[in-house]
Amino acid sequence: MIPLTYMMSLSAIIFAIGVAGVIIRRNILVMYMSIELMLNAVNLAFVAIGSRLGSMDGQVIVFFVMTVAAAESAVGLGIIISSFRNRDTVHADDLTLMRW
Amino acid sequence: MPPFVYIFLGALAIVSALGVVVQRNPIHSLLSLIGTLLTVALLFIAEDAVVVGFLQIIVYAGAIMVLFLFVIWLLNLQVETGPTGHLALKIFGWLGAALLVTELFFILAPPHLQVKFTHEPAGYGSLASLAGKLFTDYLVAFEVTSVLLLAAVVGAVALARRIPAAEEFRDVKEPEKIAS
Repeated sequence: MIPLTYMMSLSAIIFAIGVAGVIIRRNILVMYMSIELMLNAVNLAFVAIGSRLGSMDGQVIVFFVMTVAAAESAVGLGIIISSFRNRDTVHADDLTLMRW
Repeated sequence: MPPFVYIFLGALAIVSALGVVVQRNPIHSLLSLIGTLLTVALLFIAEDAVVVGFLQIIVYAGAIMVLFLFVIWLLNLQVETGPTGHLALKIFGWLGAALLVTELFFILAPPHLQVKFTHEPAGYGSLASLAGKLFTDYLVAFEVTSVLLLAAVVGAVALARRIPAAEEFRDVKEPEKIAS
């Protein structure tokens, strides 16, 4: 089995790319995809450590993270659609007011 | 699993993750994201988390990404033209990401983790062992998850619904704009 350092480095790099995506991109949808990227990086770390500890807890946590991500993306995309309907934009810099 | 498979999958995951951030067309970003999710799913399977790996493909790369695709179609998003952001923000973003990698690398380096690694027991990663854990130790969390999903469904429908009052408000507002 490959050393844990490799898996953790890979997870850290993907997480950092996700963070960079949220900071750099101004398209809300792409920022949202970057958040999914970060969630996946954390899942990868959970699975890697879990398999080395011989415990199933890591995989159960990954299962819950996936469920929460599904719920989050349903609500988040609903928010994006309703804000687009009111403002006709998905550019994060144009959405500065909480009311319309 | 030979090490070069891990290296190959890792490189593929990093390249497609970079694609999510760099592409200017949202559809291309989404395709890169699906590539990342699939390679991460393969890494899960290589790490003996077979059930979770397949769940990742079905739930993430299947259901959630289709949701994203529908939203992109619905909003009719085009290729972004012109500068996508501030240059300072870009420099700050990539620099911050590099710093974060270094920091995480030092924190998560195995000598610091202070755990005792063992060999996997028989049947590790099987559906039976996952379900056994899920329906005993994590039963309460599992049941609460159903409430969360119900709340998410109701919330998503309520948010995406067209509200008549907002429409009236908009119709009143339009002539004012022309007048002014």
